[in-house]
Amino acid sequence: MSNGHGNYAAPDNETRHARFPLPSPLPQAGEGDKGLLRKFHVKHSWGLLLAGLGGSLFLYLPLVIVVVYSFNDSNIAAQWVGFTWRWYDVLLHDAEMIQAAYNSLLIALVASAVATVLGTLAGMAMYRYKLRLLPFLVVAPLAIPEILTGVSLLVFFVLLNMTLGLISIMLAHISFCISFVAIVVRSRLAGMDESLVEAARDLGATPWQSFRLITLPLIVPGVLAGALLAFTMSIDDFVITFFTAGVESTTLPLKIYTMIKIAVTPEVNAISTILMLITLLLVTIASKLAPNAMRGG
Amino acid sequence: MNRFLQRSLLSGPPLLYLLVFFLLPTLIMVVVSFGWPGEQGGLAPLWLRDAQGFHLDLTLDNYADFVSTTLYLRLLAKSFWYAVLTTLICLVMAYPLAMLIAKSDKRHRNLMVLLVILPFWSNFLIRVYAWMIILGPQAGLSQALNGVLALFGWGPVSLLFSPFAVLVGLVYVHLPFMILPLYANLEKHDPGLMDAARDLGANRWQCFWRVTFPLSLPGVLAGSALVFIPALGAFAVPDILGGTGGIMIGNVIKMQFLEARDWPFGSTLSIVLTLFALGVTGIAAWLVRRRGGSYV
Repeated sequence: MSNGHGNYAAPDNETRHARFPLPSPLPQAGEGDKGLLRKFHVKHSWGLLLAGLGGSLFLYLPLVIVVVYSFNDSNIAAQWVGFTWRWYDVLLHDAEMIQAAYNSLLIALVASAVATVLGTLAGMAMYRYKLRLLPFLVVAPLAIPEILTGVSLLVFFVLLNMTLGLISIMLAHISFCISFVAIVVRSRLAGMDESLVEAARDLGATPWQSFRLITLPLIVPGVLAGALLAFTMSIDDFVITFFTAGVESTTLPLKIYTMIKIAVTPEVNAISTILMLITLLLVTIASKLAPNAMRGG
Repeated sequence: MNRFLQRSLLSGPPLLYLLVFFLLPTLIMVVVSFGWPGEQGGLAPLWLRDAQGFHLDLTLDNYADFVSTTLYLRLLAKSFWYAVLTTLICLVMAYPLAMLIAKSDKRHRNLMVLLVILPFWSNFLIRVYAWMIILGPQAGLSQALNGVLALFGWGPVSLLFSPFAVLVGLVYVHLPFMILPLYANLEKHDPGLMDAARDLGANRWQCFWRVTFPLSLPGVLAGSALVFIPALGAFAVPDILGGTGGIMIGNVIKMQFLEARDWPFGSTLSIVLTLFALGVTGIAAWLVRRRGGSYV
């Protein structure tokens, strides 16, 4: 089953034609009524363009509104009063918010570091060997409702008599981050030229040497992209954190949730804007590192 | 032996981690769903000790409760209906977008895909919160709508905290999951097929319904599964946007664990939800494969 995070790269027509050049001039389909076709084409594209415009508006307008209102000099989000940096100032002096940001950062760093190691191992194992259980365990967490993962971990930790807090959140995050790293690394390996490793072996490299000198450098971008993906997933997670956090520890998403539920102020918009900027930066870096692996998510 | 060692070293650590922190908790959950609730909430011991020694103390009561209480069955039906609507709306909105990207110049496609998934990378709660602002009673949309309604002498309605708000939120949060698999599928279509269909006299609709759409069914199916499953189990979207009228089964599961503290019944609801989600997806996949066997 596809899970939205796979590698969707497919040979397209241009590359196919480049590899097998066709005699030019190419015979055009429907050349007889070219005028009619062109008219038809334009009409068709207009409909699609309109849909594209509407779709982009639907996708982006809500986020633009959040950013714009983070500079609004009013306690109510609905009316524009005037420009202010006030909410960013409030944010910087909100001790609870800073603690939540610190917790989120710590959890994301630890969880993504551990998940990167385990996920890279899993991705390599899935690529090299015909395994049954591991691929199932990697994909299954992405295929079941998140709430089940959250409550089952809650029950698990409480039955173990563990105090819910930073540690339990980290353990939970590592679990779902492994899947993302493994899938990205695996798809990076699948795009690798196997003949390089064979050539190294033919030239007398030991399996370890060919791994260290050929495979490892080639998958580094995939590993880094996986790490960034895991970091983003961890810092953004709400549902699983909500169930495994207990009462003492707060992360940024939990803090935002509380503010939304109890008393909304434009401070939420300010922290949202900052989080969006950070995510934008991370995603840009990750997509530069592994363009193919990131295209699916 | 060396190969076995290598294999164990690679797959062992992640396998162990996922076994302990994913599979084991899930299995425990299944067991708990047959348990009794504790007196102080939580879970009663799963085994008893009496004259005959230890024996398991399990029950089917939770499942019986679920099946015999129309409240929960209706809630599941309602969640199913919301999830189906969300999937359909996502499909209708995503198709033209995916088609637009797939038909665009190759140089621009990657950028367009990135632009489509970029909002999805921003925090989930922020995306839901954005709709709180847009649908809020003081925002332009509500004011305009209620202004029009007032002209007809109808009382004001609330857009926020309603099933409508839940649907909008669910669609917004899940739309990229539909666009990506659809695009991945449409991109692979051979444009020659369209030319051939047109040469043979098919009009635009016939081209779409008899060539493009049947070929895209695997993408439609993948996207629908990716939207349907999380939408069915959604709890944060209805929690934030739904008010009391818009609650879904996910909200009741949350209540069972955090407020009522009836873990066994909460587990039962979670298991039923998951089996239902996977079952519906499985049946849909089977139907598509059977009906569209010649295309897929």
